[in-house]
Amino acid sequence: MADETTAGPVTTLATPIRLDFDFTPGVAQSRFLRGLEQGKFMGQRCPSCGKVYVPSRGSCPTDGVPTTEDVLLSNVGTVTTYCVVNVPFAGQSIEIPYICAQVLLDGANVSFMGLIQEIPADQIRMGMRVEAVWVDESELTPSLASVRYFRPNGETDADYETYKEYL
Amino acid sequence: MADSEVLHAEHRLEYPYSRSTGPIIGAFLTALRDGRFLGATGSNGSIIVPPTEYDPITSDDVGELVEVGPGGVISSWAWVSTPLRKHPLQTPFAWALITLDGADTAMLHAVDAAGPDDLATGTRVTARFRPASERIGSMADIEAFVVEGGAA
Repeated sequence: MADETTAGPVTTLATPIRLDFDFTPGVAQSRFLRGLEQGKFMGQRCPSCGKVYVPSRGSCPTDGVPTTEDVLLSNVGTVTTYCVVNVPFAGQSIEIPYICAQVLLDGANVSFMGLIQEIPADQIRMGMRVEAVWVDESELTPSLASVRYFRPNGETDADYETYKEYL
Repeated sequence: MADSEVLHAEHRLEYPYSRSTGPIIGAFLTALRDGRFLGATGSNGSIIVPPTEYDPITSDDVGELVEVGPGGVISSWAWVSTPLRKHPLQTPFAWALITLDGADTAMLHAVDAAGPDDLATGTRVTARFRPASERIGSMADIEAFVVEGGAA
């Protein structure tokens, strides 16, 4: 029997909840992921409304029809909205403060979330033009980890009118 | 293109919760770490194991904590022929409700037995604790129950 005086009374109990998934992305998202593996953003256009989705889920959420046309998108986009993360949390891998932004790639009609680097967090702004920085070619995988981050590309800020529909 | 290969990835969603045990469950878990079982005395004199925070009849605080077990009697059981990864034993075992000696309620735990023929309602079992150095104050401090006088 253990000596009761060696440790204090038990006051907490670790009760982790864990769910393990084996995720299969399906045809449309696989096309996007295969694009990332080649250092490209691949989207799909709706044949009815003409909107370009990235990543595409394989159908247009507005028209309910399959998106069959593949569209190669630009490496450059516009910051529509952003959030500066100042709060540390468990498992954080990036030094705070850092910027999480919605980036509207040129040619796309939906924005997606990206990390913004190479700029002080207090200088981020809506309309800022940014470009994707990819990992080395040898490290490209079919995963968003292939995109290291976005950084300002030096272009003049986009006019609010060009992205106001995407906020 | 080799793109016909189906992509898949492992994805883990995990919440690392930590709960405070309170004075009653805490005492029970502390006793497990010491290789002992504690039960709580209810308002009608019954011994509740594992102890509840409050009396199940009157909702008052429970009474004195008393030592029970480590032997007991199986009141109900189910054989698991194909254990899952998360189960306490990776060889076939039984989940059982075990009424420890001195207790009036049954406790759920695993029974390590060679096969279902070794078990029955009324079979006497006893706790096999992990080595003291591995015990942390958890139900898993009990590795399993084994049939009393058995070959386990």
